Amino acid sequence: MNFIVQLTYLLAAVLFILGLKAMSSPKTARKGIIWAGVGMVLATLVTFVHPAVHGFTNYLLIIIAIAVAGALAWWSGRRVAMTEMPQMVALYNGMGGGAAAAIAGVEMLRALRTAPADFRAQAEALAADANISMAAAEAALRAEGVASASIAGGLGADVAILAILGALIGTVAFSGSLVAWAKLDGRMKRNSLVPAQQLVNIVIFALAVIFGIMTFFTDSIAVVVIFFALGLLFGVFVAVPIGGADMPVIISLFNALTGLAVAFEGYAIGNPAMIIAGTVVGAAGTLLTQLMAKAMNRPITNVLFAGWGATEGASSEGPEGEMQDISAEDAGIMMAYAERVVIVPGYGMAVAQAQHKIWELVELLQDRGVDVKFAIHPVAGRMPGHMNVLLAEAGVPYDMIYDMEDINEDFAATDIAVVIGANDVVNPAARDDPSSPIYGMPILNVDAAENVLVIKRGRGAGFSGVENALFFGENTRMVFGDGQKVAGSMVQAVKGL
Amino acid sequence: MAIEGFVAIYIFMLAAFAGFEVISRVPVILHTPLMSGSNFVHGIVVVGAMVVLGHAESVAEQVVGFIAVVLAAGNAVGGYVVTERMLEMFKSKDEQKKGAE
Repeated sequence: MNFIVQLTYLLAAVLFILGLKAMSSPKTARKGIIWAGVGMVLATLVTFVHPAVHGFTNYLLIIIAIAVAGALAWWSGRRVAMTEMPQMVALYNGMGGGAAAAIAGVEMLRALRTAPADFRAQAEALAADANISMAAAEAALRAEGVASASIAGGLGADVAILAILGALIGTVAFSGSLVAWAKLDGRMKRNSLVPAQQLVNIVIFALAVIFGIMTFFTDSIAVVVIFFALGLLFGVFVAVPIGGADMPVIISLFNALTGLAVAFEGYAIGNPAMIIAGTVVGAAGTLLTQLMAKAMNRPITNVLFAGWGATEGASSEGPEGEMQDISAEDAGIMMAYAERVVIVPGYGMAVAQAQHKIWELVELLQDRGVDVKFAIHPVAGRMPGHMNVLLAEAGVPYDMIYDMEDINEDFAATDIAVVIGANDVVNPAARDDPSSPIYGMPILNVDAAENVLVIKRGRGAGFSGVENALFFGENTRMVFGDGQKVAGSMVQAVKGL
Repeated sequence: MAIEGFVAIYIFMLAAFAGFEVISRVPVILHTPLMSGSNFVHGIVVVGAMVVLGHAESVAEQVVGFIAVVLAAGNAVGGYVVTERMLEMFKSKDEQKKGAE
């Protein structure tokens, strides 16, 4: 039976890797998730006949847990709106980290239950063999360091180390992801818990490491409980100060960490499928985190250890000039007579639920022979690629959507660039003004277009709190109003021609 | 089945290379679905959770093991549903026309 179990795990691991590979191209992506899904179902089913699984109560508990949690997750995943996807990824990721930590918890409980008896049995055997007293035999065993009534003794040193590391990473990913979810979902607004938070974080981390080491040697459940609590606390303290703009990077980082925790616990319980899948996710997630941080020009250390606040206020000079308004109808007509239009959507468009109206407008423009493209900044939306998903939901085919590198050259030959609900990603200060907090971030060179239309709810600054010189430009016209209503008026204006 | 130390290190290393390779050529438009997809893949933790709950022999082990399976199943199922929903939308112009006909 074990042979079939192991063979299925191998098959699942292959399906996961092939699935992730397929998911990295738009043409095959949908196949990819299905392959990975098949792998998961096979691995789960075959685990019911795993040789280590026994006992009626245990089987019953497994089935109840999977049925209840699976149904709840299915229901919540189906009903959530596309704009809320990032926090759902954070939530499910946190659950994975928590599961890895809980696995370590069970193994530690088991070690604490069995280790003292094992140790006594060994000591008794030695005492009988060498004809020495029990105390002497115990001392001899301890001196050899082969076994003692501790977690390390019960699990073996290598397993104990990886189980403890996995538990620490898993608990941090669990509570940190939950905080990320709460913040993105608007349930938590605060950005600090205590004064001198950096210092407190370091202290909590140091304590967690100390208790992790103590867990290795301990035979007391209290030490283990404190160790887990410190891990959870550290996750909360790390995630709370992270600003909204940096959240995607953190979620990606926690995702990679959970993968690592799963791999470590896979070693601890001798499960190669967990080792392979966890490591693949750990490596892929780390790379993805770096790609995101690079796209935002925010080194990962800055994301973790500093807020925007550090540089804020450096650039106090506002841009000169006046913003010039234009009505939505006039803007629509302007677009109808243009040859080349590039639309730059931002998260504001998704918040206003304007993507469907925009797509309707684009279809009308295309019927009139206007060449329309969508330009997407790597960090538009809440995560890299999030905006593509939102546009795809509205029905925009992916071959109309262009990445920053592919379209930045084209702006000079564009009649009208339409910025809707985006701000920092089109701010020329990031290119021109070294004193700006967002200086160095790659931007879409919208200001190179002949005309710029900016659809914006109000006159305020962007997500980062930085004023945008683009809005004051000679060739820029501002269309103020709710994105969906503005797009609706534009559609009417174009239809009326 | 115990995995010997060095064999485990080989597995770690090769799997890490596979992870880097798989991601390195991914277009930006798929970053979010891919993060979600990799989030689903570490849902494999559910098999580990099932094994530890399956060999639990005290009430405390059963309680913690139960929590492990609940969390892991949430990760796997939720991860699949949101990834599938995101990827469902990736259609090219041709596919959309086919769907409309």
